[in-house]
Amino acid sequence: MRIEDICLARGERRLLSGFTETVRTGEAVALTGPNGAGKTTLLRAVAGLIRPESGAVRFDGADGAIEADDARRFGCHLLGHQDGLKSGRSAGEELDFQVRWTGGTAEAAHAAARRLGLVRLLGLPVRALSAGQRRRLALARLAASPRSLWLLDEPLAPLDSAHRALAGELMVEHLARGGLILAAVHDPLPIAAREVRLAGAA
Amino acid sequence: MIGVLLRRELALAWGRGGGAALAVGFLACASVMLPLSLGPEPARLARVSGGVAWVVLALASLLSLERMFERDFEDGALDLLCLGPLPLEIVATVKCLAQWMVVGAPLALATPIAAIALGAKPQAAPLLALAAALGGLAFAFLGGAGAALALASRRGGLLIALIVLPLLTPPVIFGGAAIENFQTGLPWITPLAMLAAYALAAAALTPFAMAAACRNALS
Repeated sequence: MRIEDICLARGERRLLSGFTETVRTGEAVALTGPNGAGKTTLLRAVAGLIRPESGAVRFDGADGAIEADDARRFGCHLLGHQDGLKSGRSAGEELDFQVRWTGGTAEAAHAAARRLGLVRLLGLPVRALSAGQRRRLALARLAASPRSLWLLDEPLAPLDSAHRALAGELMVEHLARGGLILAAVHDPLPIAAREVRLAGAA
Repeated sequence: MIGVLLRRELALAWGRGGGAALAVGFLACASVMLPLSLGPEPARLARVSGGVAWVVLALASLLSLERMFERDFEDGALDLLCLGPLPLEIVATVKCLAQWMVVGAPLALATPIAAIALGAKPQAAPLLALAAALGGLAFAFLGGAGAALALASRRGGLLIALIVLPLLTPPVIFGGAAIENFQTGLPWITPLAMLAAYALAAAALTPFAMAAACRNALS
């Protein structure tokens, strides 16, 4: 995946200009920088949710370039501040939907739930889960449906140390399968990652 | 994949703002209040029953629109829907169809009962239900467009009513005319066909508006 000469703005404020970066297969990139530097905006632009002022994001598959729209619809996971879980539905229903919507199977969803220690929670309504449990549910979606680019926005913030280590394991496995990770973080990732610092615009 | 999405949307529509029960309850209450304000003479009520049932139906359809896109927008599920395998236009269509099935269909069944209670001819019941179902389809899609346009604005619910109500006027006119003509023995196929055409046009066109409005709200 290549981010080419991208310019991003929120409202009247320019966040990034002429930013270029490449993330390769099996590589994790950690975006760091002060609050408001544009980390989240950059991730959302890569996901296609925000249109950049100029520049583009390009995706390459094993055999040549992939249409950006296809890459986003079939090959990209975004884990943001909000996890898209409906508070009134049960955790199991929501996980099942999210996994199948992003191309996984019900069995994979269950296996991921077991891995993340969520099985006992699946019958509970989402509103009864803590922030950390909800984040584990979101990580289970990433683990269960096979998409190669993970865009993570503060993925570890609500997790306890045992589950941070587990999330690290999932990331290592994902990279070993040829996945890509682009993560916005303040604390360092629990895996080897190349750090890219966004200075923040004046 | 559409099935996966439709199942979720049906469950959400069912739980949203009371879902079908609230809309049907509103229809029942409004139909009961009407004779109190118009006076109880059966002849006068029978005269206006069809038209009144339509206005009440249109208002009842507005009730749960506000949460159609707003919840997904607020909790981040709209991001996930954007990154799914289906284009946002299809997602919006499925949402509106779910709204129609959960709210529109019970209302279509309740409308003939309300109209007949007000004095419409019982023979008009099948036509009333059919017209209400077609009208409900138009209401769901137009309402969805209003809900998507009102995203990201504070107190969007009030805005939705203002955006959507003018668009609901044609189906109310066509639907009311079909019932009126049926009861007075005039040809009623033409207004019904116009109603169907309006509903199908809404179903065909509004998904593009909804998808564009959602993308705009996200960026």
